[in-house]
Amino acid sequence: MLPELPGVGFKPEHFAAIRQGAAGIGFFEVHAENYMGAGGLPHAQLAALRADRPLSIHGVGLSIGGARGLDAAHLDRLRLLCDRYDPDSFSEHLAWSSHGADYLNDLLPLPYTEETLALVCDHIDRVQTVLGRRILLENPATYLRFDQSTLPETAFLAEIARRTGCGLLLDVNNVFVSCTNHGTDPRAWLADLPLDLVGEIHLGGHAAEDLPSGPLLIDSHGAPVADPVWALYAEVIATAGPRPTLVEWDNDLPDWPVLAAEAARAGAILAQGGTRLARAS
Amino acid sequence: MPAHPEFVARFEAALRGGPLPPGLRARDPAEVERRFAVYRNNVAASLSQALATRFPVIRRLVGDEFFAALAGLYARAEPPQSPVLAEWGAGFAGFLDRFPPLAAWPYMGDVARIEHARGRAFHAADAPPVDPAVLAGADPARLRLGLHPSVILLALAHPAVSIWRRNQPGAGDIPPAAGPETALILRDRAFDVPVQALGPGDAALMAGLLAGRTLACAAQAAQAAEPAHDPQPLLVGLMRAGAITQTTE
Repeated sequence: MLPELPGVGFKPEHFAAIRQGAAGIGFFEVHAENYMGAGGLPHAQLAALRADRPLSIHGVGLSIGGARGLDAAHLDRLRLLCDRYDPDSFSEHLAWSSHGADYLNDLLPLPYTEETLALVCDHIDRVQTVLGRRILLENPATYLRFDQSTLPETAFLAEIARRTGCGLLLDVNNVFVSCTNHGTDPRAWLADLPLDLVGEIHLGGHAAEDLPSGPLLIDSHGAPVADPVWALYAEVIATAGPRPTLVEWDNDLPDWPVLAAEAARAGAILAQGGTRLARAS
Repeated sequence: MPAHPEFVARFEAALRGGPLPPGLRARDPAEVERRFAVYRNNVAASLSQALATRFPVIRRLVGDEFFAALAGLYARAEPPQSPVLAEWGAGFAGFLDRFPPLAAWPYMGDVARIEHARGRAFHAADAPPVDPAVLAGADPARLRLGLHPSVILLALAHPAVSIWRRNQPGAGDIPPAAGPETALILRDRAFDVPVQALGPGDAALMAGLLAGRTLACAAQAAQAAEPAHDPQPLLVGLMRAGAITQTTE
């Protein structure tokens, strides 16, 4: 279990600054696929981070929503990585990213049907068996929906968790991006999700483009967390209590103090949530 | 009948420019194409970015716009075969060699060979260096050196090491070179991956060491390639870099 504190997505550019202290940062998260080489600097840095703090390993390439079986070789790489670093959490996405052997390097969407539900659950069962641990599954940022879908996204996620025992990684920015893109209410989405399943929260920045029908939001991870996303996050914490919260920033990287300030903002909301819950009980 | 394999296949074909798969729904139906384009752009831009991370000098040489187009064509010809993108690009040098629009810049492939080798060296397995003292008392006629897993020797048809060095950030005035070059690439103790052009003697010495020959035998080959060659400077350099990881007699 990760601590109910703010964490940040680790970038090698920030390593020296982090070694100066990184006060208030409760954990680091890395993308699994960046640590699948045999040795060298990535592993030296990750081992140093791991020695000091809890670690979350976040996979971006397993293609859990893919139509064919999981890539056994990749699953094995994930197992080796988890064995090596014994992370406090492993998470992946409700998305597909491979077609046959070809890797497309994006988190692509799937219709939510009984068929895909069974398929995703099979894949998650396999991942949890091979890794020997409960994983967290992240809700996607989407730009389109599908006529084929017969289940709402929240029901789809909750049912996956019920059938497989996995937890959920709630990306609040993804909720805001998807709901804005589809013209639906993010608060209704959050009210439909069983928040007790949420083992980690992600916050990231998005980009916006104006289309005739309204804004098109793109999950870019290249900007500060937007104010409406902070507001939704504070509501989630007020309702659910504090949860491990990651600030992710993958593109157009800021200097460390800017990222640390985003994490501190999450930390203040977490601390408030903890106090409110303590008072209520 | 399962619908998901068909859905994924049609979605993927549409990412490559094919017709949009059926059933897409946008807030305004007129915007379906624009919204699907987000996925197309994400795939193209993220793969181009991944390739640029591995081949920064190629991007610098051809320019951002040309590189993005080149990456798109390469991704179609040799798409990544695993989510470990650091492993992608083994065939990029050969792709550049055969790419007609770059025929007037025949050194591009060799520059890409250097960049690919640097990526391999960066991620190669760790191995602790030997104590320099073990070399002092050794018999060169029997001594064989084990080298760090990151050590790569490249025989290049073009002066690609010089070109690579001239295109490093903050590179000073490095004179242009002509003719073939041999590149020595390794990961040093600080995890840097320098690229060094070797003269004929050093190149022969390295080739001998990598082939597992004795030090005396490798030094002899070096002298044959370059009379009066002194193996000492290269050996000291390897030792300083932490690249000698094993000795057997």
